[in-house]
Amino acid sequence: MKRYSAFAIAREALRDHTGWGRAWGNPEPRRRYDAIIVGAGGHGLATAYYLGRNHGIRNVAILEKGWLGGGNTGRNTTIIRSNYLQDPSAAIYEKARSLYETLSQELNYNIMFSPRGVMMLAQTEHEVRGYLRTAQANALQGVKTEFIGPKRVKELCPIIRLEGPRYPVLGALWQARAGTARHDAVAWGYARACSDMGMHVIQKCEVTGIRREGGRVTGVDTSRGRIDCDKLGLVVAGHSGRLAEMAGFRLPIESVALQALVSEPIKPVMDVVVMANTVHGYLSQSDKGEMVIGGGADGFNNYTQRGSFHHVEETVRALVETFPMLSRLKMLRWWGGIVDMTGDRSPIISKTPVEGVFLNCGWGTGGFKAIPGSGWAMAETMARGEPGPLAAEFSLDRFREGRFIDESVAAGVAH
Amino acid sequence: MLRMTCPYCGVAAEETELAPGGEAHLARVGPEGTDDAFHAYLFARENPRGVHFERWRHAMGCGKWFHAARCTVTLEVFGTYPAQTTEPPEHIREAITAKRPGWTWRDLS
Repeated sequence: MKRYSAFAIAREALRDHTGWGRAWGNPEPRRRYDAIIVGAGGHGLATAYYLGRNHGIRNVAILEKGWLGGGNTGRNTTIIRSNYLQDPSAAIYEKARSLYETLSQELNYNIMFSPRGVMMLAQTEHEVRGYLRTAQANALQGVKTEFIGPKRVKELCPIIRLEGPRYPVLGALWQARAGTARHDAVAWGYARACSDMGMHVIQKCEVTGIRREGGRVTGVDTSRGRIDCDKLGLVVAGHSGRLAEMAGFRLPIESVALQALVSEPIKPVMDVVVMANTVHGYLSQSDKGEMVIGGGADGFNNYTQRGSFHHVEETVRALVETFPMLSRLKMLRWWGGIVDMTGDRSPIISKTPVEGVFLNCGWGTGGFKAIPGSGWAMAETMARGEPGPLAAEFSLDRFREGRFIDESVAAGVAH
Repeated sequence: MLRMTCPYCGVAAEETELAPGGEAHLARVGPEGTDDAFHAYLFARENPRGVHFERWRHAMGCGKWFHAARCTVTLEVFGTYPAQTTEPPEHIREAITAKRPGWTWRDLS
């Protein structure tokens, strides 16, 4: 692997950029690997990366039916934050956020992490009380957040209208060290690092069956033939239910569409991320100048990667109330992703009823921000065969035992 | 945009008139049920890629709950039927078979 640096750019400038080489390989699958990860999105690639880096397991293949990072990793609104109420969520999202801070240096790949700060607006008395409580919880969890008043909100985000027609801004939960990152680069950076460790990132390779013998996994059938393995990690977001069905168990998951859209690029108008959860929309400005807009998930089971127009209309209508200048913008692109929603809206990182099969799914509408922490916890679970401290609370059997991580109630919103 | 005909009032309703209500034909578990059965009732879902039976409410119309058979990949609606039944009626199943031969959902086909 060529190391990227200022010297490398200077060197390549002198020879017409002919010496860069491929960032990751395009190998033929082997007959057998120690571990196979299904899904080369952010979570799958991060799992493989930490399997190699933290646990020395490097005979690993990452199988992807489409292309690298072409699912939800390339379809989200790139927000990174860790201001959750429940302890297990705060722990894993804060782990992820802290890993994001140094990820560019660690991977030698610029993921453009921008700790620009995230504010979650409080627009009702109920929200004010909720976020005051979250700020206290975060202080106990070691996550730096604070509750700020309307004046400070306006200073941080001048384009905001504090006295909205329906919901005035009464304050906000502010996490200064939260922010955004370049989503594709996260997948590409991890893929390059995995490839460099000798792992195989195999694209256009769809898993069609999971082979089992006596309750233990022995390998997978794929569109490119049979591949054997000792351990199998399923990290496929919206299609988790399909793979679980192949492995012979059911999941507490429903797949629905979540949409996002971006405006035409404009000059810099806001340098923070704002989430308005009462009216349900969130907004940031990309480095290209586009306003990146997200809203709530559609309500019905859907595998089409496109959602209903009226949800977008609701989101934009809500944001225009709080950011009147948005009303003049043309929207440029609009897309959807298939998100896997669990019963308590918190993820699953777990062993499964099939020995050797591990599951990482259920990130719902908030997976991107968790990628490094999720990969870290999943790799630990796969390497040890038992969940570590970060993953333990996110086990699959919590639904049977009633140990919910009730973040949907805590956040009052899909997160 | 989805369009479904409400089996009660007969209105061809658009999606904005309707509220989704999740998977249909979940059998309630009573006090004698096992933990596993209760867990399955509350949380385990079919979530199929293809034919799905689900509950909807004609929220901005007559207000009635009804059932729909729908494809989660094409968003095609095969038919709607009243909620007072524990399984899809024969004519709905035939309508699906005409368009998706070999379909399955739980132990139905």
